[in-house]
Amino acid sequence: MDPLALARVQFAANISFHILFPTITIAMGWFLLFFKMRFRATRDDKWMQAYGFWVKVFALSFALGVVSGVTMSFQFGTNWPGYMNTVGNIAGPLLAYEVLSAFFLEATFLGVMLFGRQRVSDNMHTLATFLVAAGTTLSAFWILALNSWMQTPVGFEMIDGQAHVLSWWTVIFNPSLSYRLTHMLLASGLTASFLIAGVSAYQWLRGDRAPAVMAALRSGVFIAASLIPVQILVGDLHGLNTLEYQPAKIAAMEGLWHTERGAPLVLVAMPNQAGQRNDYAIAIPKLASVILTHSADGEVKGLDEYVGEQPPVAPVFWAFRIMVGVGVLMLVSSWLAAWTLRGGREPGAWVARALVTMTFAGWLATLAGWYVTEIGRQPYLVQGLLLTRDAASSTPASLIGLSLGMYLALYLLLIVSYVTVVFHLARKRARIDDPAAHGPATVAGSGPGASHSGLGKELPK
Amino acid sequence: MNVWLPTIFVFLMALSMLIYVVLDGYDLGVGILLRRANDAHKDEMIASIGPFWDANETWLVLGIGILLVAFPVAHGVILGGLYLPVAFMLAGLILRGVAFDFRVKAHDDHRAWWNRAFYFGSLLAALSQGFMLGIYLLGFQYSVASVAFASFIALSLVAGYALLGATWLILKSENSLLQLSIRWARASLWLTGVGIVAVSIATPLVSSRIFDKWFVLPNLFLLAPIPLLTLAVFAVCDRTLARMLLGKPHRAWLPFACAVALFLLAFIGLAYSLFPYLVVDRITYLDAATAPESLKFMLVGIAITLPVILGYTAYSYRVFWGKTRDLSY
Repeated sequence: MDPLALARVQFAANISFHILFPTITIAMGWFLLFFKMRFRATRDDKWMQAYGFWVKVFALSFALGVVSGVTMSFQFGTNWPGYMNTVGNIAGPLLAYEVLSAFFLEATFLGVMLFGRQRVSDNMHTLATFLVAAGTTLSAFWILALNSWMQTPVGFEMIDGQAHVLSWWTVIFNPSLSYRLTHMLLASGLTASFLIAGVSAYQWLRGDRAPAVMAALRSGVFIAASLIPVQILVGDLHGLNTLEYQPAKIAAMEGLWHTERGAPLVLVAMPNQAGQRNDYAIAIPKLASVILTHSADGEVKGLDEYVGEQPPVAPVFWAFRIMVGVGVLMLVSSWLAAWTLRGGREPGAWVARALVTMTFAGWLATLAGWYVTEIGRQPYLVQGLLLTRDAASSTPASLIGLSLGMYLALYLLLIVSYVTVVFHLARKRARIDDPAAHGPATVAGSGPGASHSGLGKELPK
Repeated sequence: MNVWLPTIFVFLMALSMLIYVVLDGYDLGVGILLRRANDAHKDEMIASIGPFWDANETWLVLGIGILLVAFPVAHGVILGGLYLPVAFMLAGLILRGVAFDFRVKAHDDHRAWWNRAFYFGSLLAALSQGFMLGIYLLGFQYSVASVAFASFIALSLVAGYALLGATWLILKSENSLLQLSIRWARASLWLTGVGIVAVSIATPLVSSRIFDKWFVLPNLFLLAPIPLLTLAVFAVCDRTLARMLLGKPHRAWLPFACAVALFLLAFIGLAYSLFPYLVVDRITYLDAATAPESLKFMLVGIAITLPVILGYTAYSYRVFWGKTRDLSY
């Protein structure tokens, strides 16, 4: 394999592995704050028990996000030196601001949030929880500002082959940031709520129907059910923004090879890049024009306008359909579950099983969405400015291959361990007979029992 | 080209790296010592670093981030030249970072494996970092001599991190673990001492440029305080640990302070040997600096955030001040 392909696979593997965990933690930080605030408002122990359980999953997800994020900070330079040489003046400061304003904040207050409950006041502990949630979200802001700039680069001039900033405001608040940031934050909200709903449903199915489990289940389901319609709307707006700035990506997503008026909506097909056509297509006439131009005769640009700079069509086409398909499943399952849970009802076995199946649905949709946007930008690394192949390093294929093998083995081990441990923790919770008896959820006490929220490893089994 | 901006950034980068080495040094050191402890001690040891390790590691991201952002040309050459050791270091940091959580959350049968991963990851990260330093000092040659030199630095750094870890544990532990930590500290102090002496002799021998920077007049006299202070700190540390072993009154913070001082002195010596090069004999920090408008934009951010970061880092250390209590959540 040539070094460029290996560098791509390695970077894709790392960034795909990495995004799984921030996608959970960005929104779960806010879930934890929500549980904490509910407890402060109601003084009902179930909220603190829900907090106590989910903070463990949060800590685990956070650790995986941190270690894979550290890896990323090295690979920007090792895999894509041409990237930093060309747009380092823009990418560098945005990454630096992420580390300075967000990474330290979340890392430091995570310590206080996890371990400080006996050592700081309840207000301070709530503030620490807030700062961790705010830090993860701020982190997402900077990373998405940079990614959006790579999709819709503005606010700079090229001098001797290097981008120089004209206006930082324009660079950061570039035309696609608001859409991409909202889409990603909602994706995180959905990923976390389906995880919480799925694991709680799993506990419910195993007979653990404690108030804390039901509270988490209901929170996950109702938040998922409210976010998914918003996400569908935002996704549509994001698509129209992409049509304006990156029409080739939209053409690949829709599988449209030729510019035409009254373009059909291709539902499924086997995109054939060599033949520049779809094989076995099933399409609805004129619908793509209606969706994209709001007119049955509107003209939609096809891939033939972008010969020589077409993205690989099949992966973009399919990833888009996976994302949309999972979105539809999310809509159906969350609304169904919300309906059965209305007015404090129990979920029922089939709905609970459906939620368990959807536990990691957010991961699938998020990854598919990122594949659409990243592969859809190819062959460019920075749209219209820098080709991916021009940014690659001269590192020998053998070295990249060796480290790639090591990373893949490690990531496989970790992902299996992660999923196993999340469900192991869920079962462990269920083994505790009477959680309420162990759960003095106030922070006033400082004795060795004070921080147990009925879920700890230190409890007798 | 403005000289001040790159100079400020090279100083900030060096500062981040120094803070990283000291802070992550003690928690990697605790990981390295983990293999020698029993299960109860293991929990106590990891509890002593639990609230801190994550923020400690962030200093590495900041240091590498400044290198990437402020000196992109040097970043490419350095990380390109250290490709495999960097990959091994990252694998080590990944294993250890996740083991923190997995070891208490995974199935009980798997716990011993995650403890091993914690130890092995810490060791691998420390060895890789030392190896990287050695290869870096010699300008990225992979000859038999340079690999031997780098391997020796790798072992010395493991000893140094173990010293930081053991002296940190003296601050944070009580009773039987405290006694054990004092012994670990003394053993690693002597190993670190051997390492410092050998590396100090070997470095000018393998690099004539570094030899010329130290062994000419009047530099030799102006620089004399560095080795002399190192010797003095070593002696103070050894005497304090000896008193501790005998159970005489002592200051618990002194060994850790001495360990930090040893790292600081070694760091100053190293920085002097390298200055003004980022890549030995090839690229100075002025050659590698990025555009001034980007450096200015970052400097604004650093000027605002760094004091805040230092402030809440101090707050976090104050919250967890004193001997470690059972940490669970």
